[in-house]
Amino acid sequence: MKRYSAFSIFREALRNNSGWQRAWAAPEPKAQYDIVIVGAGGHGLATAYYLARNHGIANVAVLEKGWLGGGNTGRNTTVIRSNYLQDPSAAIYEKSRSLYETLSQDLNMNIMFSPRGVMMLAQTEHEVRGYKRTAQANALQGVATEFIPPARVRELCPIIRIDGPRYPVLGALWQPRAGTARHDAVAWGYARACSAMGIDIIERCEVTAIRSNAGQVAGVETTRGAISCGKLALVVAGHSGHLAEMAGFRLPIESVALQALVSEPIKPCLDVVVMANTVHGYMSQSDKGEMVIGGGADGYNNYTQRGSFHHVEETVRSLIETFPMLSRLKMLRQWGGIVDMTGDRSPILSKTPLGGCYVNCGWGTGGFKAIPGSGWAMAELLAKGHSPLAEAFGLDRFREGRFIDESVAAGVAH
Amino acid sequence: MSHRLPSGGRLIDRATTLGFTFNGRRLKGYGGDTLASALLGNDRMLVGRSFKYHRPRGIVASGPEEPNALVGLGQGARFEPNQRATTTDLFADLVAQSQNHWPSLDFDIGALNGLMSRFLSAGFYYKTFIHPRAFWKHLFEPTIRHSAGLGRPTSEPDADRYEHLYAFADVLVIGGGIAGLQAARTAAESGARVMIWEQSAHWGGRAPVDDPDVEGMPPDDWISATLHWLRAQPNVTLRSRTMGAGVYDHGYALGYERVTDHLPGLDAPRHRLWRVRAGRIITATGAIERPLSFAGNDVPGVMLAGAVRDYVVNFGVAPGRRTVIVTNNDDAYRTAITLHSAGLEVAAVIDARARATGDLPQRARSLGIRVMTGRAIARVRGGGRVTGVDICQHTGTGAAGALIACDAVAMSGGWSPVVHLWSHCGGKLIWDAGAALFRPDPARAPTGADGAAFVAAAGAANGVMRGAALLADARAAAAGGDAPAPEPEAITPVWIMPAAAGPGLRAKMWLDFQNDVKVSDVQQAAREGYVSVEHAKRYTTLGMATDQGKLGNINGLAVLSDAQGAPIPDVGTTTFRPPYTPISMGAIAGEARGDVFQPLRRTPMHDWHAAHGADWEPAGQWRRPYCYLRPGEARNDAVAREILAVRGGVGLIDASTLGKIIVKGPDAGRFLDMLYTNMMSNLAPGKCRYGLMCSENGFLIDDGVVARIDEDTWLCHTTTGGADRIHAHMEDWLQCEWFDWRVYTANVTEQFAQIAVAGPKARDLLQALGGLDVSSGALPFMSWAGGRLAGIPLRAYRISFSGELSYELATPAGHGLALWRALVDAGQDLGVIAYGTEAMHVMRAEKGFIMIGDETDGTVIPQDLGLGWAISRKKADYIGKRAQERAHMTDPDRWKLVGLQTLDGSVLPEGAYAVTDARNANGQVVTEGRVTSTCHSPTFDRGIAMGLVRHGPDRMGEVLRFNRVDGTTVEARIVDPCLYDPKGGRQDV
Ligand SMILES: Cc1cc2nc3c(=O)[nH]c(=O)nc-3n(C[C@H](O)[C@H](O)[C@H](O)COP(=O)(O)OP(=O)(O)OC[C@H]3O[C@@H](n4cnc5c(N)ncnc54)[C@H](O)[C@@H]3O)c2cc1C
Repeated sequence: MKRYSAFSIFREALRNNSGWQRAWAAPEPKAQYDIVIVGAGGHGLATAYYLARNHGIANVAVLEKGWLGGGNTGRNTTVIRSNYLQDPSAAIYEKSRSLYETLSQDLNMNIMFSPRGVMMLAQTEHEVRGYKRTAQANALQGVATEFIPPARVRELCPIIRIDGPRYPVLGALWQPRAGTARHDAVAWGYARACSAMGIDIIERCEVTAIRSNAGQVAGVETTRGAISCGKLALVVAGHSGHLAEMAGFRLPIESVALQALVSEPIKPCLDVVVMANTVHGYMSQSDKGEMVIGGGADGYNNYTQRGSFHHVEETVRSLIETFPMLSRLKMLRQWGGIVDMTGDRSPILSKTPLGGCYVNCGWGTGGFKAIPGSGWAMAELLAKGHSPLAEAFGLDRFREGRFIDESVAAGVAH
Repeated sequence: MSHRLPSGGRLIDRATTLGFTFNGRRLKGYGGDTLASALLGNDRMLVGRSFKYHRPRGIVASGPEEPNALVGLGQGARFEPNQRATTTDLFADLVAQSQNHWPSLDFDIGALNGLMSRFLSAGFYYKTFIHPRAFWKHLFEPTIRHSAGLGRPTSEPDADRYEHLYAFADVLVIGGGIAGLQAARTAAESGARVMIWEQSAHWGGRAPVDDPDVEGMPPDDWISATLHWLRAQPNVTLRSRTMGAGVYDHGYALGYERVTDHLPGLDAPRHRLWRVRAGRIITATGAIERPLSFAGNDVPGVMLAGAVRDYVVNFGVAPGRRTVIVTNNDDAYRTAITLHSAGLEVAAVIDARARATGDLPQRARSLGIRVMTGRAIARVRGGGRVTGVDICQHTGTGAAGALIACDAVAMSGGWSPVVHLWSHCGGKLIWDAGAALFRPDPARAPTGADGAAFVAAAGAANGVMRGAALLADARAAAAGGDAPAPEPEAITPVWIMPAAAGPGLRAKMWLDFQNDVKVSDVQQAAREGYVSVEHAKRYTTLGMATDQGKLGNINGLAVLSDAQGAPIPDVGTTTFRPPYTPISMGAIAGEARGDVFQPLRRTPMHDWHAAHGADWEPAGQWRRPYCYLRPGEARNDAVAREILAVRGGVGLIDASTLGKIIVKGPDAGRFLDMLYTNMMSNLAPGKCRYGLMCSENGFLIDDGVVARIDEDTWLCHTTTGGADRIHAHMEDWLQCEWFDWRVYTANVTEQFAQIAVAGPKARDLLQALGGLDVSSGALPFMSWAGGRLAGIPLRAYRISFSGELSYELATPAGHGLALWRALVDAGQDLGVIAYGTEAMHVMRAEKGFIMIGDETDGTVIPQDLGLGWAISRKKADYIGKRAQERAHMTDPDRWKLVGLQTLDGSVLPEGAYAVTDARNANGQVVTEGRVTSTCHSPTFDRGIAMGLVRHGPDRMGEVLRFNRVDGTTVEARIVDPCLYDPKGGRQDV
């Protein structure tokens, strides 16, 4: 891997940018790997990366049916925060957030982690109490957050209307080191670093069947031939139900469309990420200047990667109440992704009824922020059979009723 | 020089002169102009700056595909950034400002980026700004943010309004060119309800500019005849200035009508969003011309050939005095002929093809126009404006031959059908190699619930560009059946010009004019492995500008496929997403804003509260008085005063917002037994019972008192926030699981006003009103009776949430205020007061009653709250029962409800946790409990709290440490949650 730097850009510019190498290789699949990971989204790629980096396991393939990062990793609104309420969530999201802090340096690619701060508005007394509690919990979890009054909200975000007629802003939960990153670059950066460590990333390679032997996974059938493996990790977000079916078990996952939209670009006017959970909307401004807007998930199950207009309408309407300036901006593009929702809205990192087969899914509407931490924990789980960060997220919890419910603190969990 | 011609312009009215302002300069245009044509008429070709390199940008197109001519329009509360000049109709005193430059359009410091462009190649920002770490957030990112971003943000609240209109159509035709008009006519003739939308102010599309005749008539005559016929049909609705914005599942389409953008000040909505459910949708959206990729194709003065003739024919405006035309097809010769007949000089037609022998080239030649075949533009001369072009062999590397002086270049790389709306809902495309275009694949159209196609494309949008074949295609789209094959287009694909151009030239060939993406960038992306079309797009930002790649995407795709050696269809297109062109957020939100955004719900007594000092608190859709402030009184003092008044006398609280749901029918009792954890079927008529509702996962979701009204009717009270949610929960179970049970539910929350009368003197107060017997004999605790008080019909429920003797009076909403007033008047001697929600909260906490949302948070089961008594052990099942038997739910280590009292009497912090000295495997402090409600109790004059603590009820008297936000802790003792009147004597008197 040739290193990226200001110098490399300078050198290449002088020779018409003709010397750049492929960011990641495009190998033919081998017949056998120690570990096969299905799904080259952020979570699959990060799992592979930490397998090689933390555990020295590089005889690994990541199989992707389309183009890498083309699932939810390349469709999300990139909010990164760790101000979760429950201990297991705060642990894995904060691990993840802290890995994001140095990810550009670790991967030698600028993934543009921008810790510009995330504020979650409290617009009812109930939310005020909920966020005060979260701030208390976060203090004990080692997550730096605070509950701030309306005046400070306005100072951090001048375009907000504090005293809206319907839902005045009563305060906010503020996490100063939360923020955003460039989603594609996260996928590309991990892919490039994986490739440099000898991991095979194989695009346009769809897994069509899972082979097993006496309750133990043996390999996969793909559109590019059969591949055998010692261990198998299913990391396919909205398609987890399909893959589980191939492996012979069922998952407590529902797949629904979640939408987002962007405005036309304008000069900087919003330097923080704002989430308004009472009205189901959140917004940030990208480095290109677009207002990036998201809301709640569609109310019905769906695989089409496109959503209805009705949710967009609700989200925009709500945000205009709190940000009146939005009204005269224009929506440039709307899109959708299929998110994998569990009953308690928390992820699954777990072994499965099939020996040697593991799943990582259920990140739902909020797993971009978790990519490094989830990859870290999943790699540990695959390499060692257990991981403290993954401990609470096993499949058993649904049978035991040991839910990790975050909807307590916030209706939406992006 | 672009300028206004002495005559001509079919759309303008030279008798109407309109003054307008651009960058502070007063200019003149005519009625019927667009802002773009008016600017060109005033020799304003330079209108903006590009996104990345801040290169000078001129008008390129004449329609919604325009990437460059974006302006800030209007002022103050009517300012709008990024408005396209080509789709903005001129009006008197329009004010526009160019964007993305500093200090001025002509001199822009940001243009220095352009000098650095070779160092700012595709994705450069991913490869640098990595060290030192803190610099990204504090230096690099702010700098990048500032130089990007185009228009200036709006600042004032929008002064305009917007509306939504809902409609149905059997056939919705999108696009009002001749294909659309014909399709609408054919559909209307069959009797179908037809709606047709045209994005511009004019019907007929390109035909009047491009076609000599339509079915033997001058195009304008054909158009007016067809319009005349359509307007006369009762089953046809025509809307111009209405753009088809999106096509969604099940024939749902959005139309974006710009009602008063061109008529500012008119008292009407600015935009209207049409929300149409259509049986079938015909996309007759035409085609968009492609630029050619030659060095300097972004210099102002280089325009699309079709746009050049639009300006001449429609607006009487010439983009230049001496124009070079460059093409790979016959169509561009129309521009040469048009310019020639308008008396303008055509310096040459540069045709990349080896031969040009079609009718149009021959006609051009016969007019004396110089045609140079096998040639290409090596580079465009000029910076802020074209001054000439260097000509070369197309097949070569670009060694410059002759220089042709000119002040405009009209380019045509062929036409691409507008397939966006076809594709929004899953329609697929096929590559037509002969015509060099993607067209809709009729075999893979968007399908509806019945599996049948519900979108068809017609005319140029279907790749059938003109003539009789086009009208036949439109008829076929509307009526079904096959259309004859169109005549092949005379075109040879040219993706870069000249064909063997070296890297120096390729770095000057623009694909995306707004985002500054060049041929070299796409080639570099391919070299770096960004070969999937989506990767290439995201890496280079090709097609991500506000025109969403309408001009550049196909050219970029071809460059990408060439770089990979893969055929174009294998590379595929990026996904087309709604909207077709950007639509205002205001239009999306519609009317529902301000006071009518989630309209405030008011109880019948709302205004009384407001007049008596209510300090409002939002509660769901309602506002409830938190307390009633007397002049000069602080919130806390008001709350304390209210509590002491209730405990010592009598108080009223407006409880109308409590949910009230009627459950009725022969199976209602059975249904309620499933819904609540305890028995409701055996409740006797006339009696009340407190009940708990759980989710399927066992968690407590709502509580309230149920009253049995008669043999088959129950009235379920829910929490204020719970009414709609619980009603939906009931219907969910009734409709999905127990659809054969004879049960009916009705949410009657707003039909009744409800007043709680609480305090030791409550009975005296009711007796003062006179009527219903409210004595403890006639109306014992947990029963209800109907009757009249002060002549007002009502039901009185003997229930209590304050721990005092209490009645809740429910009267039809229309009597609410009268009853309230009667109580206030009759209670003067008793010292009656009105109290708010906070007094209620504190009193229930003193009494140890739980509150949904405080003691519960979606993770708490009734057993955690000491509510085991409200769970029937007799019942075989209720919603949540099985879940509550799971291992974790029966774990003795669960946190359970207790009371908490600080040793120093202070109020425990909200949401505080009981901390231990241990840490878990992830380094977090291990906790063993938390505060769920905390407040100052005026009754006990100290802080009181409720909380959940591990083994709590077994640890009475133990002292725990709770955290504060400042890192210190406070000690509190575990006590019984019920502090006030533990025996219950006060409420049951
Ligand atoms: C609109 C939207 C907004 C969001 N906003 C946020 C946000 O602001 N913050 C946040 O933290 N999260 C957000 N999320 C959630 C986040 O995007 C996801 O949780 C996260 O990206 C999931 O990553 P992943 O790697 O698990 O899945 P994906 O990125 O979806 O990757 C799964 C991959 O598996 C591949 N695959 C599937 N089946 C097969 C097969 N049979 N064979 C081979 N490969 C297969 C898919 O092609 C895909 O590439 C949002 C999601 C959406 C849709």
